[in-house]
This record gives sequence, C-alpha cells and structure tokens, in this order.
Amino acid sequence: MKSITKQKPFDEIEEQLEGLDRIYIIGCGTCATMTRTGGWDQVLSMKEHLQEHGKMVTGWTVIPTACDEMTETSLKENDDAIRNSNGIVVMSCALGVHKVSCYMDKPVVPALDTLFIGLEDEPGNFQEVCAQCGQCVLGQTAGICPLTACHKGLLNGPCGGTNKGKCEVDITKDCAWTLIYRRLEAQGRLDLMRKYQPPKNYQVAPRPRLVRIA
Amino acid sequence: MATRFKEVLNSGKFIVTSEIGPPKGTNLEKMYHHIDLLRDKVVAMNVTDHQSSVMRFPSIGGCLAIKERGGEPILQMTCRDRNRLALQAELLFAYTRGIRNVLCLTGDAVPVGDHKEAKGVFDLDSVQLLKAIRQLEAGRDLGGNELDGTVEFCAGAIVTPEADPIEPQLVKFEKKVEAGAEFFQTQAIYDLDNFSKFMKFARQFPVKILAGIVLLTSARMAKYMTENVPGIFVPQSLIDELAAAPKGEAVNKGIEIAGRMIAALKKDFICDGVHVMAIGREELVPEILTAAGL
Repeated sequence: MKSITKQKPFDEIEEQLEGLDRIYIIGCGTCATMTRTGGWDQVLSMKEHLQEHGKMVTGWTVIPTACDEMTETSLKENDDAIRNSNGIVVMSCALGVHKVSCYMDKPVVPALDTLFIGLEDEPGNFQEVCAQCGQCVLGQTAGICPLTACHKGLLNGPCGGTNKGKCEVDITKDCAWTLIYRRLEAQGRLDLMRKYQPPKNYQVAPRPRLVRIA
Repeated sequence: MATRFKEVLNSGKFIVTSEIGPPKGTNLEKMYHHIDLLRDKVVAMNVTDHQSSVMRFPSIGGCLAIKERGGEPILQMTCRDRNRLALQAELLFAYTRGIRNVLCLTGDAVPVGDHKEAKGVFDLDSVQLLKAIRQLEAGRDLGGNELDGTVEFCAGAIVTPEADPIEPQLVKFEKKVEAGAEFFQTQAIYDLDNFSKFMKFARQFPVKILAGIVLLTSARMAKYMTENVPGIFVPQSLIDELAAAPKGEAVNKGIEIAGRMIAALKKDFICDGVHVMAIGREELVPEILTAAGL
C-alpha cells in the first residue's frame, strides 16, 4: 500500500508561504520517495527553488516514514534548525503533514496533494485499486473493485459508455466491468455478475472514520 | 388529454416516442414549440436530464410543461446528481403531478459535461433506481419506512445493442428486466441485421423494445459518432449515402434514412416501436415520421 502524491504547483506552495521567510523542509522516505515526490532529490530541488525565490532555508530532512511514531524523535533531532524557521514545508502525503502538525507550533504547509491509496503494478505506474469503502465486494467481482475501477462506481454492471473495452471518460483506462466479466467468465462464475447488488451502505463507518482496538 | 403511454405500450401498436431537450436558461419558448409540434404525433415525449452532464432546465420541469400542454411525458431520471433521498422525493413529486412514466438511467459521467469539477453522485445505479420505484409502489421507501400515499409508474430503462463487448451489457439488460423495467429505449441503432440479433435475445423477456433512431445530419456527423460515441456504429454504406447527397441535401438524406429504417422495423415487426432523437433538430421529427409512412 502506498499513499500516492503529486507535487502542488509552485504558485500554490508560495501562496501558502506568504509572510514566512525562514523555511524548514521535511520529506518522507517511504511512499513519497517511491513516487519521487518527497525523497532526497525532491527535497533538495525544493530547497533550491525556495532559495531562488528569496526564502531562507534553515534546514531539511527526510524522515524514514513521516506518518509513524518516529517522526517526533526525528523532529527533535533537528530541533535547532526547526526552531530557527518560521514555517515548515512538508513533502509527504497528508498523513505525514498531519503527523508533523501535531508537534509544531508554527505553520505547516503541504507541498504535495494526496491523490489516492494505490499500488505500483509496474515500475512507475501507480494504480488505485481500493477506495476503502468499508464493505468489500471483491469476492463477487473476481478481485477487481467496481467502486474504484469504474468511474461511476457502478455495482450492477457496465454503463453504456463502454467503448471497445475502454472507459469513455478516459480511453487509456479499461472498463472495469469488461474486466470483471472476462475474469468471471474464465472462472465459470458469471452468476455472480447476474446477482442484484443492492444500494451500498455509505455509512459503514461514519465519517470521520475511527477504529479502536480494545 | 393524451392516452397513457402504458396503455399504448400494451396495445400491440407500433409505438413512436420522441425526445425534448430542455433549454440552458429560462427561455422556454423553443421547448414549448417542440412540445406543441410533437404532442399529437408521438405517443410520449422523453425529457432529458442534463443530457451529456450539461446543466439545463430540469427534466421534471419539461415533463410538467408537457402535461400542461396536453402531452404524455416520460421523465428521464439519472443517478448522477441526486442521492437516494432526492431521487425518491422527486418520484413522489412527479407522481402527484400526474407524471406516470420514468426512464431510469445511470447518467453520463460528470467530466464529459460543462461542470467538470462537480461531484458525481451515483449513490444508486439504474438497476437500483428501477428497484426503488417498485419498492415505493409497494408502499415503502428505501429506508424501509411506510409511505403515506404511494406511487405507480411505467418504468423503463435503456440498453446499448451496439456496445463492444455486448455480453456484459446483456447481463445488465437482464438485471434491469428483473428489477422491473417494462420497456427499453435503445441507444441509436443503424445496422438492422445486428439489431435483429439483439432483438432475438431481447424477445425472450416480457418487455417492449423501442429502437433508438438518431437523425444523421451529414456524413461528417455520422463518421464522428461512429468514431467517438461509445455504442454507436453507422455502417459505411450509410455514410457513403450521406456523402453522395447534393450540397445542402444531407439532412434530407438523413431524414430519408431514418424514415426507411423505421418503416423496415415496423414492417418486419423487428421491435415494438421507435424512440426518435433529433438532438436539437426536433422540428424535423414530423418529417421523419412522414418519411416512415406513419
């Protein structure tokens, strides 16, 4: 599982940094490194960019996993440089931004947008395969999630926008229901697709979602 | 007053329906004109629901205008913009205002329209919407609560006989029948042999099929639809026929082709009727029907 991110446009980052002139930059050694959005290279590029645009960079680091418990320790190790700054730029997914914000008494600004939770199906190709709906249907759909892989999240079969097995919204993407049909057919389980799927429960875990293990 | 669509549907007569596209704005004159033009020439008129995800005057408003002007409306309802509460509420309202026919559609994707950043809802899909209608008729809403006064609708759905691949579409077709669809209006068809194959499949089910007839206005438009619109295939012979028409005459050729197809469908009892879509050229529908000998 990886948190898939994309760097925000510099204009937007600069807008968030208005009035802040001493910046500390934090990257993440896990997902954002793999997606090449918040690893060492990207952190150094960000440092250069901010310096070119008149900011002073007080320091930078790449936390092994920005969303876990070690973040606090990692930040303490860099306490001086962080104290010297008046704003933090975080180059991780929103989980890391959230975590860092918990320990800071100064503005924390995300440099990335978090797009989805996905997997790398081939090098450099990140795909969303689960929408975390809280009520898994993969057992009936041959392991392909229609809620995620179909643009409209349809549960009872394809819409009329199927175009030669592709999706009309984006012809580079496969029609989820064509894939599901083919797989169920190969498994001799097309009866599963013929079964009526009732409206989904969108309140399985009401937002904000929270689980406590006793 | 217009005869109820359901009555004609079950009469064994060849059925002709057409379509009204509401305006973008509050000037309803053109829509009124189209309604008045078609009211007595077709059995019922569909009103599109933000067709192609382009925001317009609502489908239910168009249906009320048809009622006021003495016609029989078919309310097109998509699942794109409303969750299950809003869809059910609109069905209750439609019923109280004398609307008795509903066409259940999933709806186009939001990004194909003119509000590309809007949130697509799709809380229900077309099959679930059909089921919802039957449940409201049985006196309960989707929450399982009892209704004080129920509804009764002639419910329909759509199917794309030229979809590629066709098999998953046919599975969904069956699910729509089981969910309570009484009639189907198809996506545009042009290849009658292929359509006849589809009809052989569809005839197994107790539903009425109205073939979708979309007016071809030029060879260019026909080619564009074949290449770009999912589920539409115009045979090369028809494109050639349109291309060979003298300058300015392509529309007339399109009318002739549409008329010829309708006549063939009727003569050989291939399907139960046609749904004529002139997409913005509604004033030409009477000419198409004349060309079909209706």
